[in-house]
Amino acid sequence: MAESEAEVPKAKPRPIVRLGIFLISHSCLFSVICCTAGVLTLLLLPVLAKNTYISENALMPGSANPMFSSQEVSEANRLVKSLTSLDSKPVGSGIESQRLIAEYMSDLGAEISYHKFYPRSNQFHPLHFFSYPDSGSTRENVSCISHGLNTVGIIRAPRGDGKEAIVLVTPYNSLKVGPGEALSLGIAYSVFSLLTQVTWLAKDIIWLVADSRYGEYAAVNAWLRDYHMPVFSGLSALKAEICPVSNVHNELKENSVTERKINDGFRRAGTMATALVIKVTDGSEHFEDSLSIYAEASNGQMPNLDLINIVNYLAVHRQGLRVKVEKMRSLINCKWLKILGEILQSLGHVAKSLNPQWKFGIPAKDYVEGAATLASSLYYQALGVPTGPHGAFRDYEIDAITMEISSRVALNNKARKNDFLLRGGRLIEGVIRTVNNLLEKFHQSFFLYLLTSPSKFVSVGVYMIAFALLVASLPVVAASLYADAHKVDPSFGIDKSTPQASATDELSITPRSCKWLNAAKKVFLVHLWGAVVSFLPYFICQIPSCTPTTSFVVWVLLSSFSLPILSLILGSSFSYGRPSQPQKRDWTLLKSVTISAAFIGLCLMSVINFATAEIGALLMVPMCLMAQPLKLDIRSRKLRKFLRVACNLALGFLGFPPAGFFVLKGAFEGFGGITVGDFWSWLESIWSWSSATYLYIDEMGFSVDVTERDDIRVQSG
Amino acid sequence: MAHLPRPTLSLFLVLSLQIIFSAIAFGSDFQESDEEEFSEELLLRPLPDRKVLAHFHFESRAPPSLSDSHGRHHHLFPKAIAQLVQKFRVKEMELSFTQGRWNYDRWGGFDPISSSNAKPPGVELWAAFDVPQYLVDASWKNLTHTLSGLFCASINFLESSTTYSAPEWSFHPSSGSLRYGTLPREAVCTENLTPWLKLLPCRDKAGLSVLMDRPSIYRGFYHSQQLRLTSPEFEGRLESGIVLKQTLTVVLQPDSQGASNTYSSETKLQPSWSLSSIFGRKVTSRCVLAKSSNIYLQLEGGLVTELENVRKENVISWIDNVGSEGWRTNPFFDLSVNPDSVLREVNSLHGSSSSVLYEYSVAKYSDSRPFDLGLKWKSPVVWSCPQAPLHASRFLMGSGNERGAIAISLISTGLNEHFLGANIVEGSCKLEVDIFQVVPWYVKVYYHTLRVFVNGQPQAVTDVVEKMRVSPSEDKVSPGVMELVLKFPCDVKSAALTLEFDKGFLHIDEYPPDANQGFDIPSAIISFPNFHARTHYFEDSSLKRSPMLSKFQEKSRVRSYSEVLLVPLTTPDFSMPYNVITITCTAFALYFGSLLNVLRRRVGEEERFLKNRAAKKAGRLAQLLSMLSAKIRGKKWEHPQSPSASSSFISLKLIVKVVLVTGIAIAWQYYSQ
Repeated sequence: MAESEAEVPKAKPRPIVRLGIFLISHSCLFSVICCTAGVLTLLLLPVLAKNTYISENALMPGSANPMFSSQEVSEANRLVKSLTSLDSKPVGSGIESQRLIAEYMSDLGAEISYHKFYPRSNQFHPLHFFSYPDSGSTRENVSCISHGLNTVGIIRAPRGDGKEAIVLVTPYNSLKVGPGEALSLGIAYSVFSLLTQVTWLAKDIIWLVADSRYGEYAAVNAWLRDYHMPVFSGLSALKAEICPVSNVHNELKENSVTERKINDGFRRAGTMATALVIKVTDGSEHFEDSLSIYAEASNGQMPNLDLINIVNYLAVHRQGLRVKVEKMRSLINCKWLKILGEILQSLGHVAKSLNPQWKFGIPAKDYVEGAATLASSLYYQALGVPTGPHGAFRDYEIDAITMEISSRVALNNKARKNDFLLRGGRLIEGVIRTVNNLLEKFHQSFFLYLLTSPSKFVSVGVYMIAFALLVASLPVVAASLYADAHKVDPSFGIDKSTPQASATDELSITPRSCKWLNAAKKVFLVHLWGAVVSFLPYFICQIPSCTPTTSFVVWVLLSSFSLPILSLILGSSFSYGRPSQPQKRDWTLLKSVTISAAFIGLCLMSVINFATAEIGALLMVPMCLMAQPLKLDIRSRKLRKFLRVACNLALGFLGFPPAGFFVLKGAFEGFGGITVGDFWSWLESIWSWSSATYLYIDEMGFSVDVTERDDIRVQSG
Repeated sequence: MAHLPRPTLSLFLVLSLQIIFSAIAFGSDFQESDEEEFSEELLLRPLPDRKVLAHFHFESRAPPSLSDSHGRHHHLFPKAIAQLVQKFRVKEMELSFTQGRWNYDRWGGFDPISSSNAKPPGVELWAAFDVPQYLVDASWKNLTHTLSGLFCASINFLESSTTYSAPEWSFHPSSGSLRYGTLPREAVCTENLTPWLKLLPCRDKAGLSVLMDRPSIYRGFYHSQQLRLTSPEFEGRLESGIVLKQTLTVVLQPDSQGASNTYSSETKLQPSWSLSSIFGRKVTSRCVLAKSSNIYLQLEGGLVTELENVRKENVISWIDNVGSEGWRTNPFFDLSVNPDSVLREVNSLHGSSSSVLYEYSVAKYSDSRPFDLGLKWKSPVVWSCPQAPLHASRFLMGSGNERGAIAISLISTGLNEHFLGANIVEGSCKLEVDIFQVVPWYVKVYYHTLRVFVNGQPQAVTDVVEKMRVSPSEDKVSPGVMELVLKFPCDVKSAALTLEFDKGFLHIDEYPPDANQGFDIPSAIISFPNFHARTHYFEDSSLKRSPMLSKFQEKSRVRSYSEVLLVPLTTPDFSMPYNVITITCTAFALYFGSLLNVLRRRVGEEERFLKNRAAKKAGRLAQLLSMLSAKIRGKKWEHPQSPSASSSFISLKLIVKVVLVTGIAIAWQYYSQ
């Protein structure tokens, strides 16, 4: 009876346990299936994309007739003309143009203020990645000569309560106003002049004429920082002491007719609801006037989909503009993508012939375009660098996009230009009116999405499937490796279980439980090294008068030195003079721990920035799965093993070059770049966790020299 | 105009304001009259930014209810108000409905209208009661409900203790019986105006209120209707009854013809207007029940200075030559109607010229000869309004859903130097500023983080803050209240106060509709106790009869309201309760299912069953399949009699079931389409 009792529970374990055991025992097959399915799902995403729809009912886009008329167009022309005539005059154009714009604004009855800012030297702080930009209280190196001057005009809504505001941004270079910039200023001005007269305005309008002399992003960001985090204590006095000459306000005031209306103070208008950045480029389009939408902000954050939807809706259905989002041009002519698109198309046809209600499959051309757009959407989100000045707004939780309107032909023809201004102005008026209708802030629609075309999107629920499938194999493989290591162990014990080895057996049992700890220590060490390497540039930045090349060299040297030092400190040695069997076990455990660490890292990253995690998973998952001790394979001299080695090396090489590439990019852009914080946040996401795996592989390269035995997984680096 | 250096004295003066006022109002002429009275007045004032201010002032008086207040008959005074006063023993009350913002920069911040009629958007209500302390809250609650019914507004939301507060000294010099509450999000429309008009004896059928054409007054830039009630009788002074002042302040933009071509000119010509062009109506007759019915046209001091500068040589004749045609036309503008009299401000505060008031009596006009005052500008003129000593603005700092800060920034308008210039040499000149701020409880303000910056330098709080009263908020019970008296040096250029706060979480029931809009922090009130907005006019017989002008002479402190702030709080996904319910139900189902399973399971029976099954010979196909599956899995095939075979998950039954279900599903899918 007791025997049967012992037997029966063993006979019927729980189904979930059985499933788990099954998966682990078939981990190889499972991981191959999962990875393939993950990649396939990713390729299927353009097909699975849904049409966008306007989720918030309060928006009501296009429900009112545009009030923007030819009178406003003539206003725009007047400003453009005076700007260009000003530009032809050589002297003092910098301040002149701002004064001119301010005069125009004050003629409309707007409140005007100037915002003087100093371009910030590119400070990188390794611990400020996902936090919003700091208040900028430490501006020690303010140079007096180089300062930008933003002009801000505010219209108060006649009957509004002033709690919310809509921001219009026109970046322009005050030193040299280009024709496109002049046109964008003209459009913004004409819309602004219309909005001073309308009665439906419920939110205040801020028109920020950003001085893009030191970069569009910097100007907008400086203004936003002062809007949200003003510094009260004595900075102005300090500045006045240091820079007695550059008192721009006085200069401006003396010349200005409207002097009493221009206030020194920083003017505000409530919580910002939405921001629109308006840009105009001319003459590059072949077919028709088009509108490019840029939405990606730092760390892959996107504005609410409704904002893109209303712009798209109004541009396509009201103004007849062609709306574009960024695409990867190289992918459009890609052969295999075309073939895949055709296969999917024919599959769709088959499905349709089976059941006419199955609307699966899209035309091959659409598929290729969608894939190219999706790829660029993924790329820019993964990069974490904003694609325009709108990125600065997202840091303050304001939905913003950049609208780049480009005309078909160069705007020399007057009628053509007027038509262009009319359509651009009507579009912006429509967007503002729609946002003005909104009572709440944008919250109805998606924040997590990928665009496959301006009117199609993949929501988080769909694209997560691809990622989940890709990553799902990692824990299973890790578990099976762990089980393997323990399976190897007892057999090893049994083989040696001769009576004389009983004493050593006891000894070997105690370290067995600690084996994985040892491996974890190693992995931790390498991750730590990765973190150190990624933080090193911060200190390298501090070195004065350093060219990018030298700093890069310093960085490489320091990082290669830091590993032995670290391993010395932590007392982890890589030279275990052991026979081959425990080495193999060590290796299995090590791989298992690495894979679990990578899995955890990827899952965490997918919450923070999906695109980075997805691209990281694409690179890392095959590598994690394929990694094998190199020497064992070389020794065996079989074709299969040789192929595996080749794959390993290729993957390792493929996996490392991005790091190398971005290291180079970091050396040439990051140290002297513009969006340092964002760039470093990207670097951090690569380095602090995923690159640790590459470095782990590097670390194995070190151990080649040290151990001079077998058991080495060399991944070139 | 003496601004008293000592706060106690000024406080005393303000306290005794009522007495003074009533003494003025109930001059010897009509103090003894037992009649109810009504008067109507309208003040028009051109504003520097091409707009026109119209200020209607209706005043009703009821004599003191001597013996029995109940069942008393009223001729003119609205009975609803009288009953309300009697029932809740309201000593003083003010209710305002406002739409739009008063632009302190351009429309002035020093005159009586801007300090008493510029109100924050939405509804503001304060009331002082003549009841024992412990009954004040109850009276307030009842009053809010009554007013809510009376004015078709959701004033009853002020009933909740989280929305009102009891300021002690910074708001109004009234001891603990005062309650103050605002509803910044209340929309104001005609449905609030109609009951307000019903309180007038002539409604809007005759008199000045005829001008209140709804579309034109709601088209304006600012619209504030106000009802102010004083009943000094509770204070033991039985000689005066209830006084009800109803004011409507609107800022309108006259239609400017040919506005497009004026852009080129450097300064624009002010748009000409007339009563019929801004209101769309004319005054045909006075309200016959009104004791007086006057229209005033006020020219501000700044404008008068400009006029005088141009016509330096004949200023005297221009101002004083009342009755002749000489002053009606001047280089700047033409008036269409001769005023009945011209009043000139005495003792101007502003250093510049004093303002001028043209008075028109409506009594002379009739249907056949309607009154339509017109002002036609002839040449452009630029002037500015008198400003409060410091221009206050309030804004939020920080971003994110976790914490933030409220900042109040005060920027000197240059007035204080001008004013107190003489005092600066003494070195002890101080500019006193009172700040009253109510913060709802879900914005958790840390009052210890109060920081003060004067002229860009951080200052110790004790150096600047003279007096402070803070009552911290209590979650879901009461809002946080801060009352501050600040003393700045007179030559202060700018000052700023910051207060940090954490954003709280609300229960899902407590979110208002449209929760994603954010939450409002009501306006802060910034007042200047040593500046008083009052305008004296030359003593005249008509002045005594004008309640509006006597109100202008009242000594009230200069006061301005800051902006309403919108704090975005974390809002839950409101479909969340549904998800929670679903998940909870699933969890319960799983729990009870497994519990029941355990309870009804009989282990012995199962063992026997398993043994029986094992003993039975398995089907041929099943054996084959299990062999196959074992092959696939690369294991040694065991005989099905062993217990491990029974655990094989591919069993015949299962496969048959799956195939059956799949077949049914496919068939159903295919044929149902």
